[in-house]
Amino acid sequence: MYKRKFTVGTIFDIANHILMFILCLLCVLPVIHVINCSFSDPKELLQNNSILIRPLGFTTLGYSLIFKNNSILNGYVNTLIYLVTGTLLSTCLTIMGAFVLSRKNLYWGKLIMFLITFTMFFSGGLIPFYLVVNNLGLMDTRLAVILPTALNTFNLIIMRTAMNEIPAGLEESAMIDGASPFVIMTRIIVPLCKASIAVIVLFYGVGIWNSWFNASMFIRNRKLYPLQLVLKEILVSNDTSAVLNSSADQTGKSMDIYKPLVKYCTIVAATLPVLCFYPFVQKYFVTGMMIGSLKG
Amino acid sequence: MTTTIQRKGRIRRDFKRNWNVYLIALPVVAFYIIFHYVPMAGIVIAFQKYIPSKGIFGSPFVGFENFRSFFNSMYCWRTISNTFILSLYDLAVGFPIPIVFALLLNEIRNKPYKRVVQTVTYMPFFISIVVVCGMITDAFKSSGPLSTIITSMGGPTGNLLGKPTMFRGIFVYTNLWQNMGSNSIILVATLTTIDPELYEAATLDGANRLQKAIHVTLPGIMSTIIILLILRIGSLMTVSFEKIILLYSPSTYSVSDVISTFVYRRGIENMEFGYSTAVGLFNSLCNFALLLMANAFSRHFSETSLF
Repeated sequence: MYKRKFTVGTIFDIANHILMFILCLLCVLPVIHVINCSFSDPKELLQNNSILIRPLGFTTLGYSLIFKNNSILNGYVNTLIYLVTGTLLSTCLTIMGAFVLSRKNLYWGKLIMFLITFTMFFSGGLIPFYLVVNNLGLMDTRLAVILPTALNTFNLIIMRTAMNEIPAGLEESAMIDGASPFVIMTRIIVPLCKASIAVIVLFYGVGIWNSWFNASMFIRNRKLYPLQLVLKEILVSNDTSAVLNSSADQTGKSMDIYKPLVKYCTIVAATLPVLCFYPFVQKYFVTGMMIGSLKG
Repeated sequence: MTTTIQRKGRIRRDFKRNWNVYLIALPVVAFYIIFHYVPMAGIVIAFQKYIPSKGIFGSPFVGFENFRSFFNSMYCWRTISNTFILSLYDLAVGFPIPIVFALLLNEIRNKPYKRVVQTVTYMPFFISIVVVCGMITDAFKSSGPLSTIITSMGGPTGNLLGKPTMFRGIFVYTNLWQNMGSNSIILVATLTTIDPELYEAATLDGANRLQKAIHVTLPGIMSTIIILLILRIGSLMTVSFEKIILLYSPSTYSVSDVISTFVYRRGIENMEFGYSTAVGLFNSLCNFALLLMANAFSRHFSETSLF
């Protein structure tokens, strides 16, 4: 009896290990394929119809094309601008909001919390939101990308939960020493919540890095396009003209064969930085999601 | 009467004493009013024949005319059923599989291997939606790597993303690919909080691994599963709107056009503001009702609820 159980367990373990390995492979394979494509010879690439485990030939031509190109570099610079200013603004606002909401003697605290949580589940919808941003005169400004989604209620709740856990005594003793609320917030609360702040900085950062939809609604001026919007044109709308025409040292016809290559190279250039970065910050995402889901 | 006066006096005193707290709150309050509550008030244009040059206060009221014209149009049934089919399909595939995955991952005792699997399966979550959609379009284009495989297994040929029969499957399974790791991560983290004594007790009672998984592990993560499910049901009608916008095309509208994409096309592209706000409001209300229902349902049956 004992022996039989043992073997069933072992077979399960082996199968389970293999299954996990296959799942990992399924997750990685598309990315490896794209990376290999980006180094492949453009002519062979046109005929390829299978998943590549190694490049077909080798060339870095695609990368030199896209890095010579203004629209992608410009998108990168814009995204960095949005990323730094947006994350900074969002994080400051979230800390301020959470600080006020975590005060125990706040007037109408429950009502305010309800009104804030309510926005997570009900909203005016896309069109009124669009009209508000439009009427504020934010169209075609950098603010339109940063401001309308500056505060995320989910992150605000994560932050508030963290601040609620700080013993009230600390604040009271600072108050007796004559510290103003602003000083209490910046000198006492913020240093104590460093881990949670790291979590929301990452949430905001990844959110801004990936966002394209607001920009596509509110930005017409190509000079202000974030990277994702440039990518959307190249990858989804299938419009590589911005990349290929500006490097017009060859005739239009011969440039056509570079189209797929340019696509793969832009994918790699836009994704690899994040993929190299995430394993180091993964644990913050886990803690953030845990707090968020438990307090919901 | 007297109490309100006293109250006002107290608030004034509180304001005087803590004016700097109010100052800190000001930008946050302003944000919520401007970008959440003003748009909510903007819902009135759903009942108007909204003319941008005249604004909210100058446009004529038409009552439920916008709603009526939506419910009477051919788009009504199409978008509503597409929304439900797509999101229920997504829920049916994308909800249980990460749970099973988390349970299986939990059975792996080799810690480093477990961590590697977790990190690797988490990876697709960090690829931006635009890039994922770019990869999908490329993989399923005619003679793309995945469409070649599907064709060789007897599927249709050509650009599969443009085929109404294939759109839903591609949408749902690529969603699974991108989110399985990240959806399971909360569960895996919850699994580590289960008291090991429970397992020891079960072992003493002669439970095998399957029995332990069913009677110890699963109940241990049940409340988390229920909360996640409520949240999913509450956002049932929002589906991944950005992803659909990036992937759909007129040839697949019959299966891919959902309420939110319809609102986007009519509102932002055709500037029919009143009409699309009405449709959007209908969507928000359904969503909200679903959330309340899911919450009440789970409170009734399992004592776990969001609020």
